[in-house]
Amino acid sequence: MDFISILSVFVLACFVGYYVVWSVTPALHTPLMAVTNAISSVIIVGALIAAAAGSLGGAGETSKWLGLLAVVLASINIFGGFAVTARMLAMYKKKVR
Amino acid sequence: MESIAQNPWAALAYLVAGVCFILALRGLSSPATSQRGNRAGMIGMTIAVVTTLVTHVPRIAPPCPTGAICENYGTPVLDTLTLVELLAAIGIGAAIGIVTARRIAMTAMPQLVAAFHSLVGLAAVLVAGAAFLNPGAFGIASDGVIFLQSRIEMGLGVAIGAITFSGSVIAFLKLNGNMGGKPILLPGRHAINLGVLAAILGLIAYFTQDQSPWIFWTVTALSFAIGFLLIIPIGGADMPVVVSMLNSYSGWAAAAMGFTLHNSAMIITGALVGSSGAILSYIMCRAMNRSFLSVIAGGFGGDAGGGPSGAAAVDRPWKRGSAEDAAFLMSQAEQVIIVPGYGMAVAQAQHVLREMADKLKAHGVRVKYAIHPVAGRMPGHMNVLLAEANVPYDEVFELEDINSEFAQTDVAFVIGANDVTNPAAKTDKSSPIYGMPVLDVEKAKTVLFIKRSMGGVGYAGVDNELFYRDNTMMLLADAKKMVEEIVKSLD
Repeated sequence: MDFISILSVFVLACFVGYYVVWSVTPALHTPLMAVTNAISSVIIVGALIAAAAGSLGGAGETSKWLGLLAVVLASINIFGGFAVTARMLAMYKKKVR
Repeated sequence: MESIAQNPWAALAYLVAGVCFILALRGLSSPATSQRGNRAGMIGMTIAVVTTLVTHVPRIAPPCPTGAICENYGTPVLDTLTLVELLAAIGIGAAIGIVTARRIAMTAMPQLVAAFHSLVGLAAVLVAGAAFLNPGAFGIASDGVIFLQSRIEMGLGVAIGAITFSGSVIAFLKLNGNMGGKPILLPGRHAINLGVLAAILGLIAYFTQDQSPWIFWTVTALSFAIGFLLIIPIGGADMPVVVSMLNSYSGWAAAAMGFTLHNSAMIITGALVGSSGAILSYIMCRAMNRSFLSVIAGGFGGDAGGGPSGAAAVDRPWKRGSAEDAAFLMSQAEQVIIVPGYGMAVAQAQHVLREMADKLKAHGVRVKYAIHPVAGRMPGHMNVLLAEANVPYDEVFELEDINSEFAQTDVAFVIGANDVTNPAAKTDKSSPIYGMPVLDVEKAKTVLFIKRSMGGVGYAGVDNELFYRDNTMMLLADAKKMVEEIVKSLD
């Protein structure tokens, strides 16, 4: 992908984000923050690449350990974020009639 | 430009992951679809992680036989050790994350979210650092020279990540009570902050010309410092804005790394999270009638009671009621609107409050809840606490939806809220909270206001007009104890 394609994806995603987030009901703003937190840990992709690449030798050793540490941090977020969101969402119940 | 997501199938998979993340947020438009949304998010994350693992299987050069020339000897084989390390790292993170998520109290959600933000920030810094040390692995360099565009993205990524990290750590310490909620004001802080910010941008610009390590690490260090400096002057009561803002930053950090890695899942996610945090910050600022800049400039609002005390308060006449009075008034009412605030969360009164509501319903009273956007320490915090106490979400209303109903309501029951009910925000131009949207509780036939004592004031440090009105009855006690007594009197 060249820079302009990436930029297009980014700009369009900002617009999608704008409209999608305004449609979120205020009652769910706390779960919204928890789930956005979980998905922003998609940065784990970069961490995995760094950690996996290091083994091809050379300058990668430090890079690999930084990557592994980042994998741990991002996983805490991913699992913790989705789990706490699920826990909160399960509490929202309708009136029993 | 050779890059990692060039495999078309991998690129497609990342795109699908990005779409799953959009669906995850879309699901939150109503509680009924929200759980499905959360599952979409998990599926998206699984796709992204599995795709990366499959396309980046760790490989190692095969062992070199003695006497052979081993430069580029044979095809690399699977590096089992690294693969195990990777899976172990995921496993450790998963264990910590799941245990934390299960144990955390709902009242502690704001600090948990702040802590999670700090992890995203630190992970971004580490990934940027790894990319800087080993750019070849990310396909962003030829012969060790990092591409110009990647240097800018990397510099911005590490800066935003570091700010997110140190800022979130301070926010966590303030929300968790390890650090006082009072703003810490350094002399000349605006000049210092602007200077550091300019230095960061200048160094990133210089980094495009010279990829020396000292520049990269100085940018990192300065960004850690500015994150710290930006958040310490902000008072505890402004934390809803700060938490939202850091949420936004964690998104932009992910997006910047997505640009570096040419990864659409990261870019889409970054944009979603970035705009989400920005919108929440805007909603919070609007609900407090403050500009975003004035919040960031800091110095406003310590914790409740920290402001100047309302000296005039003592002399004016006000009415005091008992739990029995309150129980009688509410049981005779047709409709009661409960207005909860952060004080309810502090007193842990949400469960007994729901019990009271159940008793009232048994008396044939219609019960509703009115939530101000800044009630609590993060957006939507009060709704979660009520949901935890099994309050059905269709009894809980936002300010715009319920404000017109107070005039037809017999009793407004204010518990743990203060400034958000102050009529002075509508009438008194000299009040610091003038213009802030408030709940029109004073229009109800009777207002019951639970408060610990008459002395304290809300975080804005202003006296509440509501206390002295003819239709207001003050219930002076700890919120939880008072509601418990009301529940007893309702039997």
